[in-house]
Amino acid sequence: MDSVGNIIIYFIIAIAILIFSFKAVTSKKILRAATYLLFVLLGTAVFYFQMGYQFLGAVQIAVYAGGIMVLFVFAILLTHKPNEKDAPLRTHRKLWGVLVSIAAAIVLIFAVFYMPLIHGFSLVDCLSASKEITMHDIGVAFTGGDKFQYLLPFEAISVLLLACIIGGVTIARKN
Amino acid sequence: MEVTIPILILAIPIFMFLLLGLGGVKMSHKVAGILGICGLGTTAALAYIVACTYYFSGDPLFIVDGVRQQYQVFDVTWLAFTQNLVVKIGFLLDPISALMLIVITTISFMVHLYSWGYMEGEKGFQRYYAFLSLFTFSMLGLVVATNIFQMYIFWELVGVSSYLLIGFFYKLPSAVSASKKAFIVTRFADLGFLIGILLLSYYTDTFNFVELTQNPELVLGTTGGATYMGASVLTWAMVLIFSGGMGKSAMMPLHIWLPDAMEGPTPVSALIHAATMVVAGVYLVARLFPVYCVVDFSLTFICCVGAITAFYAAMVACAQTDIKRILAFSTISQIAFMMVSIGVAYDKPIEGMHYSGLGYMAGMFHLFTHAMFKALLFLGAGALIHAVHSNEYTAMGGLRKYMPITHWTFLIGCLAIAGIWPFAGFFSKDEMLAAMFNRHWFWGAWMTMVAGLTAFYMFRLYFLVFWGKENPHYKEHRPHDGPWVMSLPLILLAGVSICAGWIPFGEFVTWNGEPYHIHIEAPVACTSLIVAVAAIILAAIMYMKPNSLPAKFKNAVPALWTAANRRFYWDEIYQFITHKIIFGIICKSIAWFDRHVIDATMDGFAKITQSLSFRIRGMQSGQIQGYVGWYITGAVVIAAIAWLCFA
Amino acid sequence: MKLTMLWYLVPSIIMFVCGIYGFMTRKNLIAILISLELMLNSADLNFVIFNRYLFPGSMEGMIFTLFAVALAAAETAVAIAIIINIYRAVGSTDINEVKQMKF
Repeated sequence: MDSVGNIIIYFIIAIAILIFSFKAVTSKKILRAATYLLFVLLGTAVFYFQMGYQFLGAVQIAVYAGGIMVLFVFAILLTHKPNEKDAPLRTHRKLWGVLVSIAAAIVLIFAVFYMPLIHGFSLVDCLSASKEITMHDIGVAFTGGDKFQYLLPFEAISVLLLACIIGGVTIARKN
Repeated sequence: MEVTIPILILAIPIFMFLLLGLGGVKMSHKVAGILGICGLGTTAALAYIVACTYYFSGDPLFIVDGVRQQYQVFDVTWLAFTQNLVVKIGFLLDPISALMLIVITTISFMVHLYSWGYMEGEKGFQRYYAFLSLFTFSMLGLVVATNIFQMYIFWELVGVSSYLLIGFFYKLPSAVSASKKAFIVTRFADLGFLIGILLLSYYTDTFNFVELTQNPELVLGTTGGATYMGASVLTWAMVLIFSGGMGKSAMMPLHIWLPDAMEGPTPVSALIHAATMVVAGVYLVARLFPVYCVVDFSLTFICCVGAITAFYAAMVACAQTDIKRILAFSTISQIAFMMVSIGVAYDKPIEGMHYSGLGYMAGMFHLFTHAMFKALLFLGAGALIHAVHSNEYTAMGGLRKYMPITHWTFLIGCLAIAGIWPFAGFFSKDEMLAAMFNRHWFWGAWMTMVAGLTAFYMFRLYFLVFWGKENPHYKEHRPHDGPWVMSLPLILLAGVSICAGWIPFGEFVTWNGEPYHIHIEAPVACTSLIVAVAAIILAAIMYMKPNSLPAKFKNAVPALWTAANRRFYWDEIYQFITHKIIFGIICKSIAWFDRHVIDATMDGFAKITQSLSFRIRGMQSGQIQGYVGWYITGAVVIAAIAWLCFA
Repeated sequence: MKLTMLWYLVPSIIMFVCGIYGFMTRKNLIAILISLELMLNSADLNFVIFNRYLFPGSMEGMIFTLFAVALAAAETAVAIAIIINIYRAVGSTDINEVKQMKF
């Protein structure tokens, strides 16, 4: 049995994610859409915390909500006039989007419901089955070359980030 | 026998060809001409040495108990395709190849000498001499071939050099088309030759002439009686091989190229299209004579082709106006004469016949004498053309006063070809006719008639050119004999034409090497002599002085005259067959099929692909959202399929 | 009441489907990028969920989510740089305006 508090938090967050996801993709005002996305990301961070991944949740808030969203907001402010609205969508475009989304939703729901163990463990059982992940564990996993250790991807990611910095500067620079 | 001289006989002309062909541009005409003449003179001298050694040395290699032997000076492997298929190159000495060595080098030397004057100042003088050397090389290689494959190779080389020389004046469209015609027609015939070679060698396991001819029954006994369309495979092989000879020797119906080949320079006509190359077919039949004897029907076939051709060509020659064409048809007729002569010979003693192989000997004899006097006639015609700058006899007439040397030598040539005693043609023709009468009276009578026609048309030509009315143009442009380099070969050849008949030819050349003593058969000789003299008198009456007889004769049988003048429409028939039937019907339908079925299928694929790609290029819109839509749709479909299949 | 895997997967699916819808329909490049982030986030969440419920003893899902977050940051930075550049060149961030290099 999971605690009532957890369940309540879950429901609040799930409903928030539902609403804000929807709003994020339908809002005519782009700055608002970005804000709704921020809420969704924060909600996701809460789920991470709930599932016992504190570090991940923190990274989600810091990088996504903190870093990427700032980029978004800057970009929006640079490319849009205040209160600028998107033109209303044409019907066939909307219809096409709805059709594809529904098709994808059907596939995903089928996949989820046909998956074994879908009704198996509760969150509490799973949390109790594992020990807490410490910063030390994560550090070891990132900086080792053994099984379940990820030095190479870590280095690759760092190079990628460097490349992105250079690429972003090159692309965005005038001339 | 020393190998060096035979190799040099082949090597000098090819070396001269390469030297003059590659370096000729850098040389002056004089240097090129002298080089060519000296090279050929050396070759001729060496060939004489070899031939004389063969005939007169009495070496047991060459003659055993009075029987002349076939001797392979060398025979080296050239191309070893497989263990069984080996092509060799060699040098075979036997009576006929030694004879041919003499004929070719003599005529070639005369022509080289003559061309010095005739071709003087022509553009491409060096090229001309290079081609002459190439031709001489090929022809010598052909006659000394030890095996039928070598013969085939040189056979084709001869065809190529003939093509090059006919088209020597390549700026004249008529010369170009004549060279193409000659090449295509002979090449077409050579296809049959090649198939024949393959058939024969497949069944006999050998290309070698000596093996084939020494014991033909034994070699051919292995065929096991395989037949095709009612005739044995060997008959097919020998007839097909003969078809190659028909092409080269201009037998009907493959004769159409030879009259057109006169577009080449006249000395070339003398060398290639009168004396040497065109007798390659005769030489081929003579070379394989024992094999032909084994295969029934083939010799009869050769006889029939020869008899028809001889008569046809003689008829046509009576109605031509171009002097070179007349000589060309005369050549066809005379070669056909030789074919018939070889065709009537036997390789075994026959009851009631004192010498059954007479036809063979006589055919080769005539080949020799004909080469001499026909080369003489052609060179004489060349001198005439050189003098009046026209091929038509209408531009000539009364030339005997202006060109005495040409006149006398030409007259000797005409007498020789007509078969008047004591000129060369009389003896060889007499032997041939005797052989034909021996076989069957029909052949003899028929060919005597052809001999009469020969005398008639040759003297028609002679009288029209040297007698008759003088052309008024002579006053502006006085014709005269050529320079001494042109006259000298004429005189030499005239001398040979007078004396050649007295050579005891039977001592040298017979089919099996056993000597035969020629003697004149009086009845045959008298008949042919009377016919020839009568024909000459007729020609003299009709053409010596301008009169109305030719016109009357022409008007009496206009259809015949027109037909003969148009060569009995053979060119038109070929034109009809190739253009109307082959190009017009067969090729057109094939082209239609190609265009509308094969091409159309390919075009259809292309069009379908194109239209499809035009349709689906809308998908490649660059609209990333469209891509995602398709991507997700695809994912959904795959998921659905997976679910249907595995759930 | 148990908080099973399904409970967490459902918001993830909703996020993903919304992302698809937005990606398909929006014309603004930045809005499209937002939809993309939504989908990516849903995928991240899935990693974590499966890690937690199916393999509680290990932490590969989390590690890869960390990588994915870093990747997302990089990708967004470059994408926004491109969008700003396009805006500078075309004067609009409408996806239909950017067609000079299209067929």
